Amino acid sequence: MSDTLVIQGGRIIDPANGRDEVADLFVADQKIAGSLTAAQRKNARVVDARGLVVAPGLVDVHVHLREPGQTHKENIETGSWAAAAGGITTMVCMPNTVPACDNAGTIQLINDVIQQKAVVNIHPTGCITIGRAGEKLAPIGSLARAGVKAITDDGTCVQNNEIMRRAVEYAAMFNLVVMDHCQDDHLTDGAVMHEGEWSLRLGLRGWPSAAEDIIVARNVILSAHTGAHIHLQHISSAYSVDVIRRARPRGIKITSEVTPHHLALTDVCLRDYNTNFKMNPPLRAEEDRQALIEGLLDGTIDIIATDHAPHTDYEKDVEFDYAPFGIIGLETSLAVCLEALYHSGRCDLSFLLARMTHKPAAIVRLDKGTLSEGADADICIFDPDERWVPEAANSFSRSRNSPWHGQPLRGRVKHTFVAGHQVFDGEKITSPKAPGQEIRPSGMSKAPFRESR
Amino acid sequence: MNAALSPVAHWTRKDLVGIEELSREEIECVFTTAEQFKATLGRTVKKLPSLRGRTIVNLFLEPSTRTRVAFEIAASRLSADVITIAGTSSSIVKGETLRDTALNIQALNADMLVLRHSAAGSANYLAKMINIPVINAGDGAHEHPTQALLDAFTLREKFGRDLKGLKVTILGDILFSRVARSNIWCLQKLGAEVTLAGPATLVPPLFARFGVRISHDLKEALHEADAVMLLRIQHERQTSTHFPSLGEYTSMFGLNRLRATWLKPNAIIMHPGPINRGVEIDSELADSGRSVILEQVTNGIAVRMAVLYLCAAAAPAAPNPTFSTAP
Repeated sequence: MSDTLVIQGGRIIDPANGRDEVADLFVADQKIAGSLTAAQRKNARVVDARGLVVAPGLVDVHVHLREPGQTHKENIETGSWAAAAGGITTMVCMPNTVPACDNAGTIQLINDVIQQKAVVNIHPTGCITIGRAGEKLAPIGSLARAGVKAITDDGTCVQNNEIMRRAVEYAAMFNLVVMDHCQDDHLTDGAVMHEGEWSLRLGLRGWPSAAEDIIVARNVILSAHTGAHIHLQHISSAYSVDVIRRARPRGIKITSEVTPHHLALTDVCLRDYNTNFKMNPPLRAEEDRQALIEGLLDGTIDIIATDHAPHTDYEKDVEFDYAPFGIIGLETSLAVCLEALYHSGRCDLSFLLARMTHKPAAIVRLDKGTLSEGADADICIFDPDERWVPEAANSFSRSRNSPWHGQPLRGRVKHTFVAGHQVFDGEKITSPKAPGQEIRPSGMSKAPFRESR
Repeated sequence: MNAALSPVAHWTRKDLVGIEELSREEIECVFTTAEQFKATLGRTVKKLPSLRGRTIVNLFLEPSTRTRVAFEIAASRLSADVITIAGTSSSIVKGETLRDTALNIQALNADMLVLRHSAAGSANYLAKMINIPVINAGDGAHEHPTQALLDAFTLREKFGRDLKGLKVTILGDILFSRVARSNIWCLQKLGAEVTLAGPATLVPPLFARFGVRISHDLKEALHEADAVMLLRIQHERQTSTHFPSLGEYTSMFGLNRLRATWLKPNAIIMHPGPINRGVEIDSELADSGRSVILEQVTNGIAVRMAVLYLCAAAAPAAPNPTFSTAP
């Protein structure tokens, strides 16, 4: 059963309601309560939040949970643990599973596993095209009926403009957002890192910004002509930010996201060929990073999403050209964003949290990410100033492909609640859904990630 | 040369992964050592005892004639035992990773690993992974340090030990060339002035950030050069069309008899090989008196002897913990 809670003396920051004050927060019957009755108060559990920020549970609309089909990398259960440890209480998982989520049956399977195993809220997405092959529309109506919150071919990009046009027209009928991974495949053939001085220096095949910019422009045009909502995933280039910025005043229904790693890191990080800096889209130049921050600050870019992309150590620990793209991000997302935006003085906490709570929820039409009275009691309590070092051995994800392991960060999640249940207490997963008190990925040693890289 | 491998001033690296990270003093140290080895090449008995008892494994996962044979000969001349593994005959074709292959070679009690690989950064990767010295014999489009060293060594023989102010034009497929990158670093560290020439798609303007001059006008690129280094068009690394055809490349950028007259009278023609006669260079020019292509090949032995010797001397006494006699 859900606890009745008094979260005492914390700084409540609820951006959706413009609230930022030190106060007590009440939870009863899995919801945020305006007050508690004397009887409720007597039995309530008191959570001491003095000196901490009490925020809505974070919402992440871009994660890869690898189930079904690639559960050696991650599964819905371990992914939900990692989310809980990162203060994320709602996430939207991508459909590039094996098989791909291009049919209602796979969605049903995923929803069943979520029901049984997940300690946070998870919503699946469906594919735009069959097998994410970009050739034939997936049964978008059936996927909508099965409960997907968006459609996307994430990891690949629909190259055929006619198919993309029909997809957005058709999906709009179901009030479904189409999320696009913006990448012109011809321009990125064989590419492994941002095309620039560092790709020349390292002798690695360059991935030009134009590959993203062209598809961003394509999507702006399609959205303008159809009136449909297209969400641009993990924007990485300065020019793309500029294209979006020009589209916004014209009322075009384009939204976009940026990842913590694109806000924090650049292509210089690849100087040692460390594959934990290899991602798609690639880390770009410092000018791009600054433009992404500017875009987020002026509202051009709407939200932050992690693109949590687990891969095993043996998949990543290979020659740079052969390593898969992506890094995990759920457990470090808040701290990395605090470092890149708040501690660096670029924005205040409320501004940042808005982009990690109610704004992403709105993009997928979810009523989440607020501490409004009556809202689901999904809560993230964190210390914005605590310094800590994420360690691979303490990671809850099944994979350890994070560039932040061993790197000091500032800002740490202390408690996570989902519908009033505590799922994370600052050290361990505490969900009643999990057997025993402390949960670890089974069969996973605590040995550190190979140090050779 | 001291058979006991005395440490050499200015050289403390166990690995040679690239030129970019080397100092001018380190590069000069290779030349000084190579000069001494070159003096022994003419002897009837060519072997030196310097690396006697050591085992050098050449792991060549990409085709090679010159580099592989030069490394084999260099190691033999130093009395090392040499084993060469080619990609097609290794367990890599059975799915073994480079990591596991290298760890096994180390466990097999090898003392040095020479690596040729199509993936950029693979030598950096192995140098961090294993304790024995790793010598980069070419990694993708990244670096080919011994080639640049032997090229500069050849230039020193032709133009004197100080390359300051020497003008070198590198012509051809720069984008995909590890030889070009290593030479850009090496020649500039030695004070030479480097011009990159070739089609715009293979010589992108960003190269200018490395301090070199860029030219797409062949006449302008050649007329002041003391040396021109030709590069082969690397069909195997180009997945898309960077120029219309080899024929057009030859017509625009191939070095022929007429274009060679644009060079200064004493300018030399260099090529790291393999040459494609009639594509980047006219056959008769390759065989002409201006060509030092085969001298480069011979110098490759002395330079690689120097690199093997220096890195072996800088390696820890018991590099392989498996075989350490320590408690």
